[in-house]
Amino acid sequence: MKRVSPFLAGLLFGIGLCISGMIYPSKVLAFLDLAGAWDPSLAFVMGGAVAVAFVAFRVAARRGASLAGRPIELPTAKAIDARLIGGSAIFGVGWGLVGLCPGPAIANLGFLDRRAALFVLCMIIGMGLYRALAALPAPAAYAEAPLDG
Amino acid sequence: MTIDWTHFTPGSALAGGLLIGLAAAWLILVEGRILGASGALGGLVPPRAGDWEWRVALLAGLIAAPLLARALVHMAPPVIEADTATLIAGGLMVGFGTRLGAGCTSGHGVCGVARLSPRSLAATATFMVAGFLTVFVVRHLLA
Repeated sequence: MKRVSPFLAGLLFGIGLCISGMIYPSKVLAFLDLAGAWDPSLAFVMGGAVAVAFVAFRVAARRGASLAGRPIELPTAKAIDARLIGGSAIFGVGWGLVGLCPGPAIANLGFLDRRAALFVLCMIIGMGLYRALAALPAPAAYAEAPLDG
Repeated sequence: MTIDWTHFTPGSALAGGLLIGLAAAWLILVEGRILGASGALGGLVPPRAGDWEWRVALLAGLIAAPLLARALVHMAPPVIEADTATLIAGGLMVGFGTRLGAGCTSGHGVCGVARLSPRSLAATATFMVAGFLTVFVVRHLLA
C-alpha cells in the first residue's frame, strides 16, 4: 500500500485535470484572459476541488492519524512574507506565459509530448536553483518546508 | 468583459474539480499528506532516503492518468503553443517560484484554500493576479 495508495491519488488527480480541462494550456490561458473572450470554466474546477477538500480537511483535523497509520501532516508555516508573495508572483507569471502549472505540466508527460517534457525539465532546474539558494543562510522554516504543497 | 460561451464547460470543469478534491481527500485521509504537485516534485530535488517512494508513486499516477482518461472519454491531446524561449523561461519561473512560495495551484490553491489558511489564500490571490496581469500584457499590450 505504501506505493499503491499515493499512485491512486495521483491517478485520480490526473484524471480530474484531464476531465476538467486544466490539462489544456489554451483553456487555462482563456481563463486568465479577463480582457479577451473570457472562459470562466476553471473557476468551477477550483470550486469543486475546494468543496470536497474542505470536508476532507475538517475530518482530517479531528483524526490523530491517517488510515495508513501515519501522522496527519498539516502545514505549520504561518508567515505571509516577501518569499511567499514573491515566489507566488514569479510562479503566476510563468503560469500566465505558458498556461501550465505543475500538476497539469507533469500530467502532460502522459501524452508523450516533448514540449511538456522540456517545460518539466526547466521546472526541475528552477527547483534545483531554489534549492541551491536555500542552502545559503536562510530561515530554517523555509529551507525545510515544501509542506504547503 | 466578454464571456466565451462556446468554450464554457462548467459541467466537465466541476466534475474534474470534484475528482481533484477526491484526490486531495484521499492523500490526506489515507496517507496524511497534502496534495501538492510542486511539493511532491520539489521534494525529489534532491531525493531523500525514505521520502521519495510516495512522491514517485504520486507523480507516476499523475503521468498515467492521461492514458486512462483517453480510454474513458474522447480527449484531444493538449497543444502547448508557447514558443521555445517562452516555454523555457516559464518552466524556470514555475519551478523556482513554486519552491520559493512553497506551493502551487494544488497545494495552496486547492488544499490551502480548503483549509482556510491565510498564507495559502494570500499565495493563491497572488499567483492568480500575476497570471491575469501576465496574460493581459502578453495578449493585449504586446500583441
